[in-house]
Amino acid sequence: MNDSSAGSLVTLAWSFGLMSLFAVGGANSAIPEIHRLAVDVNHWMSDKQFADVFAISQLSPGPNVLIVTLIGYQVAGIMGALVATLAMCGPTAVFAYYVSQLLARSGRAQWPGIVQAALVPLSIGLMSASGLVLLFASDTTWTAFLVTGSAAVLAFATRLNPLWLLVAGGLLGFAGIL
Amino acid sequence: MRPSSPQADASAAELASASPPGLLTLFVAFAKMSLAGFGGVLVWARRAIVEQHRWMTPEEFNETFALCHFLPGPNIVNLSVVFGSRFRGVPGAIAAFAGLLGPPVIIVTILAILYARFGDIEALRRTLAGVSCAAVGLLFAVIFRMMLPLLKKREPVSLALLIAVFVAVGVMRWPLPTVLLVSIPISIGLTMLMRRRAAA
Repeated sequence: MNDSSAGSLVTLAWSFGLMSLFAVGGANSAIPEIHRLAVDVNHWMSDKQFADVFAISQLSPGPNVLIVTLIGYQVAGIMGALVATLAMCGPTAVFAYYVSQLLARSGRAQWPGIVQAALVPLSIGLMSASGLVLLFASDTTWTAFLVTGSAAVLAFATRLNPLWLLVAGGLLGFAGIL
Repeated sequence: MRPSSPQADASAAELASASPPGLLTLFVAFAKMSLAGFGGVLVWARRAIVEQHRWMTPEEFNETFALCHFLPGPNIVNLSVVFGSRFRGVPGAIAAFAGLLGPPVIIVTILAILYARFGDIEALRRTLAGVSCAAVGLLFAVIFRMMLPLLKKREPVSLALLIAVFVAVGVMRWPLPTVLLVSIPISIGLTMLMRRRAAA
């Protein structure tokens, strides 16, 4: 038992640590990879549970990346939550520190602009993949699709606080409409 | 665009702020913006750093955020580290990082405990399902907003890369590192090629 939980801590640290270095465009870009690891590869949770932790991470304050804290807890309790969070945020934080030092020294080099422009389409592609993966995980009925569509249109076309849209979705779900 | 040599940045930072923040101030400021940030901290970070504390000018904030957006990993976490280190070196980076992540991690862990205990209750399951449907909609709105400039520019190369990555990761479900190790060099190569052609 002890061995297996130590083993899952190592798996958490390794998986999220490696993934974070490839999370181009931030936490939302990493959703497909997080889903692949948590649901398909390691069987830590079901599709429905994944949609649930995504919902909780959107409802709670703080950066969206904290979905990994919820997954870590599911896998290995409080230690799991801490290890997953640090693995997802630590390596890139160190990387960001060194790159910013380097850029401060190199002045106005050309390559940051090129890399940045090159990463834009890739990160939007990744985020679109996140949307697709989450759509399959959470929208199982036609009314659910309708709610997702309306939320998307309202969020795009109005300046409504997103929290209200989440609350509205929750109320519709609670009422058993979905 | 303003020149941004380190000296120019340092003097501009002094102009933008009366006094550089101390470690505790950094911790508290990032904890506050993090706890205020439902569904994204960026808006609050800008408000606190640029408007409230005047630690950076809007241009400096945009430049710093652009850097953090092209770095891998959670953007706002990167921002906390880059910002903290700029004023107080490594200790400042750690203070901002801990302020940003510490308090919300405690809250989310409590939510995780509650979910593990009560997640099977039918009413809660239904409610969370509704929340996640709406949250997916919000994500689509963000994606569409980011995609608009690309669609307007009608750059076939960028759109092809976008679709290729979408299919590889979203439909084929290939591992992210593999996909990026192939697509990043291709994208950088094509970007350089296009810039050279545009300049010629």
